[in-house]
Amino acid sequence: MAKVSFLEERCKGCGLCIAFCPKNCLALAGHLNTQGYHPATLVDEGSCISCAICARMCPDVVIEVEKEARR
Amino acid sequence: MTETVKVYSRPKTLIDRPWHFCPGCHHGIAHRLCAEVIEEMGLQENTVGVGSVGCGVFSYEYFNFDGIGPSHGRAPAVATGVKRVLPDRLVFTYQGDGDLAAIGTTEMVHAAVRGEKITIVFINNTLYGMTGGQLAPTTLMGQVTTTSPYGREAKQAGYPMRVCEMISTLEGAAYVARVALFNPAQVAKAKKSIRRAFETQMQGIGFSMVEILSACPTNWGMAPLEACKHVENNLTSVYPLGEFKVPEGVK
Ligand SMILES: Cc1ncc(C[n+]2csc(CCOP(=O)(O)OP(=O)(O)O)c2C)c(N)n1
Ligand code: SF4
Ligand code: SF4
Ligand code: SF4
Repeated sequence: MAKVSFLEERCKGCGLCIAFCPKNCLALAGHLNTQGYHPATLVDEGSCISCAICARMCPDVVIEVEKEARR
Repeated sequence: MTETVKVYSRPKTLIDRPWHFCPGCHHGIAHRLCAEVIEEMGLQENTVGVGSVGCGVFSYEYFNFDGIGPSHGRAPAVATGVKRVLPDRLVFTYQGDGDLAAIGTTEMVHAAVRGEKITIVFINNTLYGMTGGQLAPTTLMGQVTTTSPYGREAKQAGYPMRVCEMISTLEGAAYVARVALFNPAQVAKAKKSIRRAFETQMQGIGFSMVEILSACPTNWGMAPLEACKHVENNLTSVYPLGEFKVPEGVK
């Protein structure tokens, strides 16, 4: 699973996650969801630091964040 | 060896369903913060939320704990009744500025005067959102709304109402803070204030209120990020952020 996952159908394309991501890893997708919004998506997973700022700014609880941790 | 660890997931104190809020509306962040704090305090089974009339009207459909939908502005009176009958519960209201600072001013002020051990979460977005963006007592000077098409003027509509400043003069009010949600640091501070307000109540200290400066992109006619900037640049100068009152026990 990717570090950041989206409940795409809940996304309203507001862009707050994208604007506040410190690593610029997010963007709006070219396609529309069934609500008619361009959903946010992770475009640069390599730069993502799993800080969860995107999830904490999201007004619609669309985002979950995971990280790989050493055992 | 590495393993996958969850850094952020939906709190169990929110029902898993879509919300009706407009894109970028800060009501969604405010709902989520209340739910996160209740989950972290282990109070899901021990909370009664009291909603309001306005864009927060469906809170009892979104929060995964007990909830009541009161009539417009009366949430603090309903919460008073619930708390007096069930004093061990966390009882909080969730009210907009039209609900709290216009039609419900009496109930809000006197709950604080009596020092009721309830918490008010007060969403100040400087207008009536749900009904199409009319002027509220909190509307900024010069702000254009559907009922102040030339901008708010003092000779017609007076001046902005600073609820935290008023309420903090009352002995019954124990914790009073104003926070905002326009960037991640502010969201973290807002969450801490909600936690302190709930702690103030659960420790039996007194009345608590958190005012949240909140963006209404739709009625402000702004894109969501622009609305965040508007809160930062134009609301915080009229409504300064900070803790106005903090009781000893929750510092
Ligand atoms: C007794 C009564 N009067 C008026 C209304 C119409 N009304 C519905 S919501 C609202 C104001 C909502 O504004 P606010 O509390 O600021 O919440 P927001 O929608 O901005 O979140 C009004 C006046 C009503 N529903 N009931
Ligand atoms: S977890 Fe942090 S770095 Fe990764 S996409 Fe979200 S905001 Fe960006
Ligand atoms: S903040 Fe949430 S609703 Fe807004 S674009 Fe990002 S995922 Fe979508
Ligand atoms: S009208 Fe304003 S306050 Fe109401 S849901 Fe839309 S953006 Fe939020």
